[in-house]
Amino acid sequence: MGSRYTFGGDEHIFVEVDEAMSLEAFFVSLSMTNAVREANIKGVTEICPANASFQIKFDPDVIHPNDMMAELKRLEETAESAEPVLDTRIIEIPVYYQDPWTHETLMRFRERHQDPNATDIEYAARINGYDSVEKFIEAHSGAPWFVSMVGFVSGLPFLYQMVDRPRQIEVPKYLRPRTDTPRLTVGYGGCFSCIYSVRGAGGYQMFGITPMPIYDPEQKVSYLQDFMVFFKPGDIVKWKPINREEYDAAVAEVQAGTFAPRIKNVRFSLDEYNADIDGTNAKLMEALHAD
Amino acid sequence: MPINVISAGIATTIQDMGRPGYYHLGIPMGGAMDRLALRTANLLVGNDEGAAGLESVFVGPELEFTEDAMVAVCGAELPPKLDGEPRETWTAFPVKAGQVLSFDFLKSGARAYIAISGGINTEPKLGSRSTYAIGALGGIDGRAVQPGDTLPLGKGSKSVKEGLTVPQTLRRGPGNPAELRVLPGLYWHRITEQAQKDFFDDTWKVANEADRMGYRFQGGRKLEFVEREQPFGAGADPSNITDACYPYGSVQVPSGTEPIVLHRDAVSGGGYFMIGTVISADMDLIGQLQPHTPTRFVKVDMDTALAARHDRAKTMDAIREALS
Repeated sequence: MGSRYTFGGDEHIFVEVDEAMSLEAFFVSLSMTNAVREANIKGVTEICPANASFQIKFDPDVIHPNDMMAELKRLEETAESAEPVLDTRIIEIPVYYQDPWTHETLMRFRERHQDPNATDIEYAARINGYDSVEKFIEAHSGAPWFVSMVGFVSGLPFLYQMVDRPRQIEVPKYLRPRTDTPRLTVGYGGCFSCIYSVRGAGGYQMFGITPMPIYDPEQKVSYLQDFMVFFKPGDIVKWKPINREEYDAAVAEVQAGTFAPRIKNVRFSLDEYNADIDGTNAKLMEALHAD
Repeated sequence: MPINVISAGIATTIQDMGRPGYYHLGIPMGGAMDRLALRTANLLVGNDEGAAGLESVFVGPELEFTEDAMVAVCGAELPPKLDGEPRETWTAFPVKAGQVLSFDFLKSGARAYIAISGGINTEPKLGSRSTYAIGALGGIDGRAVQPGDTLPLGKGSKSVKEGLTVPQTLRRGPGNPAELRVLPGLYWHRITEQAQKDFFDDTWKVANEADRMGYRFQGGRKLEFVEREQPFGAGADPSNITDACYPYGSVQVPSGTEPIVLHRDAVSGGGYFMIGTVISADMDLIGQLQPHTPTRFVKVDMDTALAARHDRAKTMDAIREALS
């Protein structure tokens, strides 16, 4: 693949595995960052995997930038020979598509949108060749998604659709970013879906909302008591469309501390996936719904 | 015994040296934008250098003390007043229970650091008291200081001489124009040779959008891109990349028009290309730039960046020496 190494000032090394997004590039990024963590290089302070790249922050008083660079390049061989297999978890995330809150927000920012006469999801459905929003929701929630990066702001996951490239949904970001996005909005930009972990500015198209908090600095949400951030790179997500009643019920469960996300441990092999995408996804769904 | 906040200025936040280690989850290290100023203020009042203090932007707070304490204000020239009487910046002064600390108009710089003996003793989150407002983390309930808040103080500061002061030669502020040294890299190859030259030749100005997340600059020529077919996943604009990590200090230029330098509360990643990174030695300086300040970016290599880092460390050592 031929990664590109470059310094980000005197404290960072940035490695671009590939200019384009692919699961292959993501797996190289993930195995490289795992290799760096295991190597325990003195002076490393942050190890950040991203979609098709990664970044290391280090203390140049402890290790010279050139030595840090040499260490990373040495690890590339180890990482490339690593089997692209991941022990991870699959999580079902309920989504109330076309909810009133993101709808209210998107109506406020129509002048920043490519198609002011349609909603975000109507626009996304049309430019991706779907006859109806319902068909588009089926496509968005039909196959699982890989969490290929966590970041931007607190615990926000970037998700990559697990289908072959011709079926992948692509939607441009807003022409100009909004100054507001409801918390827990399920968004879309480029080839990535995301969940806005907090309220704030954003440029991704808004499709719906999940009742399930994914970031809680107070750590009051039952499943965030161990750690305030829910997602980590390598998680697999399956969207589950829900209606208003189910949404309200889930919100009440979260508040009561009884909401338990459906989570199963799974092993994912990139080679198996590439050999049979739909078959691999079917097995993931079986694992998710077992019991 | 706490400090009562009577007024909080425009944006006053509790900051220490931040919470490194969570950037891979989108939680930035945060902490004082001008690290040297907070360290120095803490030393002046006998605190550990990394104790939590207040970072005030442009306008100071009004604080009522309910116990005796030592106070020092470093960074921006935001002149302190005690019960209306002027006090010196960069100098330790005693405050008695019942007295009110307030501030005169800002003379220069942008952020003043107020250290109080004992340090501010709010509950740490992920190892730091720093306020990260976007993530509602640290500070008081995850937010900036507000009128009516009470600030708890810690114990354990060393006793210090009142009137202890930092020598003038060690109080560095930004020049005019301000100069920020940049190591080109990251996606530097995405702009034309002419644009690479223009970026460093032009004088930019700090825009109004200048905060803890990042500083925006305006007024230079638009950067032209080397043509390419956009890679899958990157997005349609030539300034877009497949969403990646952003180094602290990295300079992104959305659509090639207005550079943004990310600071302590940086977004950890996103889809804009970056042309390089402000060197670590100049990060503190950014926090002292007011909107409209003329700014030049100066191209440097790694050796220069490391030498500047070394010089910056020597300045801090000299301050420690002078105050010991």
